[in-house]
Amino acid sequence: MKLLNLLALSVSALTVMGSGAMAQSGLEGMTIGFSQIGSESGWRAAETSVTRQQAEEWGVNLQFSDAQQRQENQIRAIRSFIAQDVDAILLAPVVATGWEEVLSEAKDAEIPVVLLDRGIEGPEDLYLTSVASDQVLEGRVAGEWLVDAVAGEDCRVVELQGTVGSSPAINRKQGFEEAIAGADNIEIVRSQTGDFTRAQGKQVMEGFLRAENGGADICALYAHNDDMAVGAIQAISEAGLTPGEDILVVSIDAVPDIFTAIAAGEANATVELTPNMAGPAFEALAAYLNDGVEPEKFIITESRLYTAEDDPEGEAERRRGLGY
Amino acid sequence: MSRPLRSFIKPQFIALALILLLNWILFPGFFNLFFRDGRLYGSLIDVLNRGAPVAILAIGMTAVIATRGIDLSVGAVMAIAGAVAATMVGDGHPLFLVIMAALAAGLVCGLWNGSLVALLGLQPIIATLILMVAGRGIAQTITEGFIVTFNDPGLIFMGSGSILGLPTPIIIMVTLAALATAAFRLTALGLFVEAIGVNRSASTYAGLRSRALLIGVYTFAGFCAAISGIIAAADIRGADANNVGLWLELDAILAVVIGGTSLMGGRFSIPMSVVGALIIQAMNTGILVSGFPPEFNLLVKAALIIVILVVQSPLAGRIWYFIAPSRKRPPPSSPAETPATSTEGTLK
Repeated sequence: MKLLNLLALSVSALTVMGSGAMAQSGLEGMTIGFSQIGSESGWRAAETSVTRQQAEEWGVNLQFSDAQQRQENQIRAIRSFIAQDVDAILLAPVVATGWEEVLSEAKDAEIPVVLLDRGIEGPEDLYLTSVASDQVLEGRVAGEWLVDAVAGEDCRVVELQGTVGSSPAINRKQGFEEAIAGADNIEIVRSQTGDFTRAQGKQVMEGFLRAENGGADICALYAHNDDMAVGAIQAISEAGLTPGEDILVVSIDAVPDIFTAIAAGEANATVELTPNMAGPAFEALAAYLNDGVEPEKFIITESRLYTAEDDPEGEAERRRGLGY
Repeated sequence: MSRPLRSFIKPQFIALALILLLNWILFPGFFNLFFRDGRLYGSLIDVLNRGAPVAILAIGMTAVIATRGIDLSVGAVMAIAGAVAATMVGDGHPLFLVIMAALAAGLVCGLWNGSLVALLGLQPIIATLILMVAGRGIAQTITEGFIVTFNDPGLIFMGSGSILGLPTPIIIMVTLAALATAAFRLTALGLFVEAIGVNRSASTYAGLRSRALLIGVYTFAGFCAAISGIIAAADIRGADANNVGLWLELDAILAVVIGGTSLMGGRFSIPMSVVGALIIQAMNTGILVSGFPPEFNLLVKAALIIVILVVQSPLAGRIWYFIAPSRKRPPPSSPAETPATSTEGTLK
């Protein structure tokens, strides 16, 4: 994940359109293996279903393998893909290390490998490209929204961090701080970890509300993921305040439940961590396999902001269908 | 029951008072209480309310540990009970049935643990480890991996409603602790449990139905875990099978130990385990209102726990004996001695 941090600083944001209107041809009839980590979160399940959808749109024969959180299962899956002589391999690596051997085998077999969502440590020539979100950018988009939303008025922000030491927590914090660095009217007054869970998000928010004059001194909440925001929204309501009005709520991930909250006016904005990692991967593969175009080493997905103006009910409905 | 007043002054109460005092120094508004919408609010209420799930787990855990056992599965059982409650209420079943089903799930889990320990003779730590791992998987299967949310006001009331101005979890915790203490201490049940903890074979030869009793205490622990699980799900209006109750078994064991119950079995105190859980929660709430950076959370917690356990240790008791020579009787070498005496008191 150090890699992601690095790329965030060094690579200028090369955003790739999410999906939809582009000509999706060039991979018809090809067989592509996909080694997925598992289905540990709603987002992961959505990534799997979006990848399947994308494969259908591109006319790709997708060989799916669920590793159930084990690297040895992923290595076995990749070896089996090599044995089947697939045209390309998508890999969402469960850990960052230990991939040299099996990826060298894929390289020897001249099968391009595209990393999804997470990076690996090791020589960059082991894989064609890596598609991932820029977590610092996600934080920055959330921060920029807040700077616009308060429009120069003083704002005391409380922050619900992710799990201490995890890369999304570090990067999303950094991005948000970068975005508000220029705005002297915005200040993070309290920051605690909510471990990315609803229950902790609620409990920590209760603490913030007590400590900040019953919540009267808090102008906005920034949560590193939507689940913590959903928990915090309940704490705010139970404290007799109106979430979304008395305290602005901005978070990251764009899961269905936050859209339900945005539709109810209880949350204000969320930044999408897109589950569509496969779309950009297929685009890069199509260009590479057909025309030999080497893609950028790091493809950054779009970090789109959603507010009440973006049809939150419809988004909630659409996303529930993806398996979130 | 004429006991000297001194025996009511336990190190746990001093520890709790000190931590609350520390919280007050770090955050002057800590003891502020206010009444709104028919409910009391404030940090002290938060301590009781947020401490309730662990305290309820600790009540069941106390009984298990008193038999020289341990139950690592309570966190996973919470997840199962929450998952059952959330999915059933989502399917439109009546509240009574939903709660009964969730409690029944906890009882079945406890029965499973108890059977492995009492009938198959597995080590409790291994027997309950099975359900600790598998239980979360069962819960995830029930919820199909999603966070199952609900809006049923009756079920939500279990987590964030209030009775007589106090949040429901506090009322449930106090009621359960009182009933359990009465059941164990006003009957010979407590003594039986302690006898099994001291020497199971001897107890069996003395005529105790130790198998049935062992199954009983694990089932009780499962029941308590199910109550906790319902509260935790009701609190966030959803069953989060991946995270609910995660590592709470360790907090519950810690609460029991802080409460002075011996891990070697044979002596226990349910009310002191509840106090132990409140000490842990007072630390958590204190960390939240103090504004320390989160990187220090675990460090602060660990340091405080070390201090509490050292203060309660037999060594500290002996040192206290020497520096306070005015006391005629040696102070309790460990805080858990008193529950044993209280049993004698009730038997007389």
